[in-house]
Amino acid sequence: MEFALLPEILSSTVRMSVPLILACIAGLWSERSGVVDIGLEGKMLVGAFSAAAAASYFHSPWIGLLLAILVCIMFSLVHGYASITQRGNQVVSGVAINMLAAGLTVVIGNSWYKQGGRTPQLDDASRFLPINFPGRDALFEMDGVGPIAKIFLDHSVLAFIAFALVPLSAWALAKTRFGLRLRAVGENPQAVDTAGISVARLRYQAVIIAGVLCGIAGAYLSTALQTSFVRDMSAGRGFLALTALIFANWRAWPALGACLLFGFLQAVANFMQGFHLFGVEIPVQVFNALPYIMTIVLLAGFIGKSVPPKASGTPYSKDR
Amino acid sequence: MIKSLLSAAAISTLMISAAFADGKGPAIVFDIGGKFDKSFNESMFNGAEKFKKESGTDYGQFEIANEAQREQAIRNFADKGYSPIIAAGFAQADAVTKVAKDFPGTKFAIVDAVVDLPNVESIVFKEQEGSYLVGMMAAKASKTGTVGFVGGMDIPLIRRFGCGYVQGVKAVNKDDKVSQNMVGDTGAAWNDPVKAGEITKGQMAKGADVVYAAAGGSGLGVLQAMADAKKLSIGVDANQNYVHPGSVLTSMVKHVDVAVYNTMKAGDAGFQPGVHALGLKEGGVDYAMDDNNKALVSDDMKKAVETAKADIISGKTEVHDYMADSKCPVE
Repeated sequence: MEFALLPEILSSTVRMSVPLILACIAGLWSERSGVVDIGLEGKMLVGAFSAAAAASYFHSPWIGLLLAILVCIMFSLVHGYASITQRGNQVVSGVAINMLAAGLTVVIGNSWYKQGGRTPQLDDASRFLPINFPGRDALFEMDGVGPIAKIFLDHSVLAFIAFALVPLSAWALAKTRFGLRLRAVGENPQAVDTAGISVARLRYQAVIIAGVLCGIAGAYLSTALQTSFVRDMSAGRGFLALTALIFANWRAWPALGACLLFGFLQAVANFMQGFHLFGVEIPVQVFNALPYIMTIVLLAGFIGKSVPPKASGTPYSKDR
Repeated sequence: MIKSLLSAAAISTLMISAAFADGKGPAIVFDIGGKFDKSFNESMFNGAEKFKKESGTDYGQFEIANEAQREQAIRNFADKGYSPIIAAGFAQADAVTKVAKDFPGTKFAIVDAVVDLPNVESIVFKEQEGSYLVGMMAAKASKTGTVGFVGGMDIPLIRRFGCGYVQGVKAVNKDDKVSQNMVGDTGAAWNDPVKAGEITKGQMAKGADVVYAAAGGSGLGVLQAMADAKKLSIGVDANQNYVHPGSVLTSMVKHVDVAVYNTMKAGDAGFQPGVHALGLKEGGVDYAMDDNNKALVSDDMKKAVETAKADIISGKTEVHDYMADSKCPVE
């Protein structure tokens, strides 16, 4: 491995991990409450579109972020209505959201901007740039410390939000009354219902949280990493986040680890095409496939066990 | 939401009926991306519009929304008696082959692919020649002696861009290094600017200071990454110099518009089946110069490129075509 590239690869790892972490934690909240969310990919996509469109219209990335979150919450509520209120099949509803998102973004984008579903390019004032704190340039140019500081600090505010959400979610799910009730709803909704707490209400709260996080993830893609929305730009990251969630056994801290690992594999794949190990060229496809292979191996029970929340995927009805 | 879906459905129905109501004439089937993609499809659309304006003849058109519609759309046009029917993009080759066999009396044209049938005109471009020229410019503009190439999907067509580019770079300075990467192996590789941007950052870490993007929508990620780093990039297909003025060194333009215009103008009567390869000589490919990149291109650079262009046109310089033998003489 070319070690001179290592700081760059690690910095790229952080950038590639952020959307995965946000979507994965979104999935964690939703699935811990018993609502399977295949629609992470679609919500991220509409989030990316809304953020880019609003940011270009209002010339503010923050308004873009706000609208992305609002639109994603709307999509979450559609999913919630289908799977909580109407007790529909959660996987089908999620797939529908993905298809709707892929089509709607392009149709609306095309009719508004006439650029093949692309949104107008954002200028620097309407996008999230890496945070410019005092002494930034001086720090990054210091010998030894500079490159390391750059790995951790040369990111936009959304990246810091993503990393902060991991301990916050872990704490909320483990220690707060709301978190404990939410987890109980995902394991044994009857018990929660008997205690006089509304199952539907808790599940709706969980999918709304998932919507907020997906909105941030989408905004990160289109207004922090890039400066416009391009059709299908989520490019499977929502599904990769779901994979990370399974890999992490539906826990917040392991989810962070899984996302960082998957992000690292993507970064290595991007930086090291034509990478040689012991004189043999490793095809780039190996790195791209590794997250999925590792998860399948995990699911097959070779390296531990992955158990979803017990009531996950089952709509709750009082009658039974 | 439902309202916009409905109106979208209504619009597409309208589009079909409007196209079919006119009877015979040429027709065009755009590839996924749509006719306003500011690139390949829009270029074709412009050629068709030019024909319509000059001749006063309307043409049938259809924008594909998913893979399954390719064959349907082409077959529909053939059914209604449109001819010639132009299909945009290499991905339509299978659909054209199928339909052209079923309608031997109808004329078809395909852009960017070869379909070997008596009623099909295959229009391909010598992208290697245009890429050679922009490769020379990249080598001249580079201060580090390392330049980059980011392709979209890993297919022979894109390798042809890369191979021509490398030959151009080496023609200027044979010790220069070219860092070559592809975004991916599936169709998603055309629409992943985030990944393309990261790949570009990787190439910059290896020293590249000029990067050529031949990656469709992903290419925007390349141009953005280079502009953010205050370095140079090279656009593709359409003139993309305007995307980041002062950062896009030039664009390797493919005059798909000219090809479409010529085929429509020739019509049924002047239809010439077979393979037509359009290079520098035929005006099919070129490098783009405009106000946005004037300051970036030195006189020396321009002179060298113009000389090379004349040599390629006269046949003195021959640029190797990757698709001829699936090999590139230089790396």
